[in-house]
Amino acid sequence: MKFRGKIVDVACLNHFTRVVTTISKLTKTCVLRLNPDNLFFVLSGKVANGGVSMWCELSQANFFDEYQMEGVSPENNEICLELAPENLSRALKTVQNAKSVKVKLTKKHCPCLTVCAELPTLSSSSRVVTHDVPVDVIPKRLWHEFKEPSVPDFDVSIYLPPLKTIKNVVDRMKNLSNFLVIEANMNGEMNLKIETDLVSVTTYFKDLGNPPWGDGASQDGGPTQSRDPDSMAEARVDVRKLQQFLVGQQVNPSKSMCNIVHQSVLHLILLHEDVSLQYFIPAVA
Amino acid sequence: MQCVVTGGNVKVLAKAIHSLSRIGDELYVEPQEDGVSFSLQLTVFLCRYSIPDGRNFRCKIAIKSVQSVFRSLATLEKTVEKCHIELNEQKDRLTFTLHCKHGLLKTHNLSYQDSESLQAVFNKDTCTNEFRAQPRVLVDTVAHFPPSLEEVTVTVSDERMWVRNHVEDETERSKAMLTELCLASDEFDHFVVKTPNSVTFCLKEFRGLLVFAESSNLPVSMYFDEPGSPVVLSVTDGVLEGNFVLATLSDDPSLPKNKTGSIAHAPPSPPPDDFMNDDMDSYLIAMDTSVASGPSTAGPSASTLTDPCTSKLPEANHRTRTHSEEEEEEMEDGSERPPNKKFRSLFFGSVFPPSPKMSTQPVTTQEVLASDSEDES
Repeated sequence: MKFRGKIVDVACLNHFTRVVTTISKLTKTCVLRLNPDNLFFVLSGKVANGGVSMWCELSQANFFDEYQMEGVSPENNEICLELAPENLSRALKTVQNAKSVKVKLTKKHCPCLTVCAELPTLSSSSRVVTHDVPVDVIPKRLWHEFKEPSVPDFDVSIYLPPLKTIKNVVDRMKNLSNFLVIEANMNGEMNLKIETDLVSVTTYFKDLGNPPWGDGASQDGGPTQSRDPDSMAEARVDVRKLQQFLVGQQVNPSKSMCNIVHQSVLHLILLHEDVSLQYFIPAVA
Repeated sequence: MQCVVTGGNVKVLAKAIHSLSRIGDELYVEPQEDGVSFSLQLTVFLCRYSIPDGRNFRCKIAIKSVQSVFRSLATLEKTVEKCHIELNEQKDRLTFTLHCKHGLLKTHNLSYQDSESLQAVFNKDTCTNEFRAQPRVLVDTVAHFPPSLEEVTVTVSDERMWVRNHVEDETERSKAMLTELCLASDEFDHFVVKTPNSVTFCLKEFRGLLVFAESSNLPVSMYFDEPGSPVVLSVTDGVLEGNFVLATLSDDPSLPKNKTGSIAHAPPSPPPDDFMNDDMDSYLIAMDTSVASGPSTAGPSASTLTDPCTSKLPEANHRTRTHSEEEEEEMEDGSERPPNKKFRSLFFGSVFPPSPKMSTQPVTTQEVLASDSEDES
């Protein structure tokens, strides 16, 4: 099992660092999956994380100048590692001005993802800094827990308002209630609501637009069929989980949307040209 | 005791106080022949000085109180013309009077506690390893380590210096993130290694010193011998010299052991750029076939020493300072402290030779126009 990647371009390094930093704000530990074309940061929905799950996909060619890997076996040409993204983020943040950064799988005191950077100096020789991020290798028999999630059979799919706006609203709502209802319809309308004994507050968004999923993405009984466009689908979620998703966003997405499975799950999708992030928040009663 | 700090030196004094406040909570004040020492454990810099009698006196003050006198560096620079420092032993009070523009006087009366005279034992000249670098190099180096990191290990060979984080706890060692930076000798202004080995010391104090060195743009010198003996960090310019003595761990099993004169035990240069250092496959096979995963870490027995960063001052090992006209405060040669007593101290000494004017200069009393002290004098 081997992995070695090299980033030389400073913009790519910066972008990669921001992605990793975003992930580090979403979860303390996650799984990194590597295959010849992509990297995935995966958080599987377990009771321990309150049922929240995450899938972040990066196309390696858009970040790495060199990328070589050998998976567990030729038939299973993949590597699966568990790590603390905060460590990786910290390591990358300190080397933003490096001439080149190599990331490789090594075995030091334990299996590590080693970030090795060559830093520019005033003298003739370079300064070399090495960060060893300890990882746990996930054995193949557990890989099924970290598969790409399928798009749920949603009731409504809608583009999100600017994340910053939502964040401002959610930040203030958090002070009033622990739970927030997010509802939307196929007419481009979305409401964020909180309701307590004393007060209820609703923020209305209009003209957001609904993504055209088309035949490829929709499952049986997709949203376009026989659904009253004004009918709202809602999900009541823990406001802190939603806030956590919004707080760490460092990557400005070109498209952001959410799918709501009525009273079941809130599926948030952020798309960037070379990174996609999906985040699932379960609905509570 | 009375003394005056004038002009730009007020700002330097203020910066030193702020720098010291990052390291400790109590300031020791000790009048001497050629200056007053304010410090964490020792001295800073002054100009004119007079002492009524030759008695050895030393007191300590909460550093936050002194910091409040020199609160805003920017304002100090613009408005303060000189700083008058007076010790009133009858009232147990140290008075700082800032003479500002437009005839404004700000008087701060600080209470102090008596304390014993203490000196750390060190001798830079006998240290076998000596380095000097511009502060930026060192600031950039420590930037790679998280602010919460307590200790670093510095390893040197003929040509290089490695700086890495020290992981104290053995159980943490298997799961901790390790960071290592390698500096080549040509990044230093001066680099002499006679005994290649490693020392571990507190990073927090080091950072405090670097802040001061960088703001004053002074190169930092580093001297050490071997684990257990202190590391001396020193900043100097024409007017002052500061020596910062840090204790080191005397026995760290995780450090590469030094054999006399042998360089082989310093960390090797970065391995050739291949995939991996070790064979992951055998590790994987072992993992798959056993229930308990993870390699066994046969860690060496943990060091029995206490963390150098939480030590107290050693019992007084009083030595009278031998003052000289030169820059350094010479320490007598002699037995070193037992290595596992830990201490931190910061020495700044005035390099002005005591001029005849100093001791006879009468201190003119000033009218206090505005005082924020509670009691009147």
